[in-house]
Amino acid sequence: MTRGPIALDCPVPRREPALVQLAHGGGGRLMRELIVRELLPAFAAGRPPMPHDSAVLSLPPGRLAFTTDGYVVHPRIFPGGDIGRLAVCGTVNDLAMAGAEPRHLSVGLVIEEGLAMDELRCVIRSLRAAADECGVTVVTGDTKVVDRGKGDGLFVHTAGVGVVAAGVDVHPRRVLAGDAVLLSGDVGRHGIAVLSVRDGLAFETPVASDCASVAPLVAALLAAGIDVHCLRDPTRGGLASALNEIALDVGVAVEIDEVAVPVDPGVAAACELLGLDPLYVACEGRLVAFLPAAEADRALAVLRTHPLGAAAARIGTVAAAPAGQVTLRTRFGARRLLDLLSGEQLPRIC
Amino acid sequence: VKYLDEYRDPAAAVRYLAAIRTRLTRPWRLMEICGGQTHAIVRFGIDALLPPEITLLHGPGCPVCVTPVELIDQACAIAASPGVTFCSFGDMLRVPGSSRDLFAVKAAGGDVRVVYSPLDALALAERHPAREVVFFAVGFETTAPANAMAVHEARRRGVGNFSLLVSHVLVPPAVEALLAAPDREVDAFLAAGHVCTVMGTDEYRPIAARHRVPIVVTGFEPLDLLQGIHMCVVQLEEGRAEVENQYARSVRDAGNARALAMIREVFQVVPRAWRGIGEIAASGLALRPAWAAYDAAARFAVHGTGGRDHPECRSGLVLQGKLKPADCPAFGGLCTPDHPLGATMVSSEGACAAYHRYRRHAAP
Repeated sequence: MTRGPIALDCPVPRREPALVQLAHGGGGRLMRELIVRELLPAFAAGRPPMPHDSAVLSLPPGRLAFTTDGYVVHPRIFPGGDIGRLAVCGTVNDLAMAGAEPRHLSVGLVIEEGLAMDELRCVIRSLRAAADECGVTVVTGDTKVVDRGKGDGLFVHTAGVGVVAAGVDVHPRRVLAGDAVLLSGDVGRHGIAVLSVRDGLAFETPVASDCASVAPLVAALLAAGIDVHCLRDPTRGGLASALNEIALDVGVAVEIDEVAVPVDPGVAAACELLGLDPLYVACEGRLVAFLPAAEADRALAVLRTHPLGAAAARIGTVAAAPAGQVTLRTRFGARRLLDLLSGEQLPRIC
Repeated sequence: VKYLDEYRDPAAAVRYLAAIRTRLTRPWRLMEICGGQTHAIVRFGIDALLPPEITLLHGPGCPVCVTPVELIDQACAIAASPGVTFCSFGDMLRVPGSSRDLFAVKAAGGDVRVVYSPLDALALAERHPAREVVFFAVGFETTAPANAMAVHEARRRGVGNFSLLVSHVLVPPAVEALLAAPDREVDAFLAAGHVCTVMGTDEYRPIAARHRVPIVVTGFEPLDLLQGIHMCVVQLEEGRAEVENQYARSVRDAGNARALAMIREVFQVVPRAWRGIGEIAASGLALRPAWAAYDAAARFAVHGTGGRDHPECRSGLVLQGKLKPADCPAFGGLCTPDHPLGATMVSSEGACAAYHRYRRHAAP
């Protein structure tokens, strides 16, 4: 049997099953092997720790940010990322949106019986690489194996804690009429990247997911002393949904300028073909910042010094009324509602 | 996709708007046929930029909206049958039948899938020979060639587990029906560019002559629409009633010969009920007898449930341009995209959905 590229730096000899079996979650020898050989070394920075039921953490005094998220993306591997990288970056980004410095993650795996062990290894390696890139450590985890047909291959669940520095207060309640709305880059890459490999859709121009940690952007804004009022990462439902959440939760109006929102030509073309609006397509490596208009130019300059924020733009302004609504000024100068969608965007017939 | 920006150039839009304004001497009511045009008009805010003399009426050209409730019920029943994989364009899944939609069937365990082409559904049938794969063949003339091609290919490749649930509708009979109504509301039409790409423009000439109405075949980008409106206004002001082609980069007078041949081989013209409007003679397509083996309605023997539209739904008037969505008593209250009473509130090409999405409040 030839060994694929994934197995090259895998230290485990090939005598154990190539597919995950129910016994891998059964609490016996196979489960112990899976945890000790595959999971612990990958998570614990090369220091095989003594397994224990809980991680005990030492953290600096102050406030903790704590968040959790489940990852069920299909397909699990897509241009620009995979479910492992997504599970790390997504939770790290949620911590960063609270102005926290991300520190530690938990990882829960729900594995469907029959998943290729190689794919599991690949995801774990990617997860570990992303954690290293983000400067976080995985300190605790859980593995469950479910019967074939009772799961979609692999679900990953991560929770994370981060430390909020003294004096940092990033929260929706601080959003004020007059605030500038900044966006760290172009929108829609993640959603289109995933769609492009789903059910045989293929585009001439491959679009890669923007899946990445935006924590460095947040750290840079805070280090520059910018009074960031609120941050959001426009994931599911895209930019439009993130703005609507703020408008509805805070009771303000948000006005956006259509031409100011960067969209990659490949993403724009795919959206035209599929009948989707890029403003509703998911990002996984972007942030929206609400901050005092007087600090907008300086904040943009800070964002643009980082590669992830090179295309940062000021896209709009917060207003007092009409409360709860997001309006878009079209390129023709007309104004229209940018509404919250009922559900997922559905491709049009013609 | 290239050349998108060229058709969305604000400076050119300003020039068209000025040209329209200089030609106007009185109010005119124009109807865009196609829901895709309605969507673009409201999305880009074009109607808000037009001079107040011009009223845009939104036409019946949303295939999702005019598919009768009985057929949605039929689709749900087939989709819920054991062994069936039911494939549809995404729009159709949330359209309410009399008691449920296709999303509800999916949630209850039905194998309902969104595809982007009937040929994808055919490929599914080839990959899963033990399943019955049914494609919901909805649409105007635009989608008919690909649907015809799918059954054609199914026969050629010997794929027996594939069938179509057909609800095709045709534009010209609907235009005629609107014009023949005693309380005619429309002074000129923007005909649907994509439909004419397939069918050509010839079948509109007798209609324009008989009813003394300008018909301008128009594209879907903002500048297409503005140019189409300008051409309509010029004709109306000059007292002409002709068929003109704004969308010449895509539309030939004789249409697409190969697509037409494919449609004619597989489909025949039949009377068709339009949701909210009623039956219109010779306004739909059905599989010819020679292709009846691919007719899902016959294969599954699921009959109409006698389903009816919600009594508060006025989508029929909206589809005929007789009622603006926001003037419907149910709009935004009883009827929302989350709880739609009719299909016009569901489909992204439906006028009610477009107004709800872009125009729920009167933007200052």
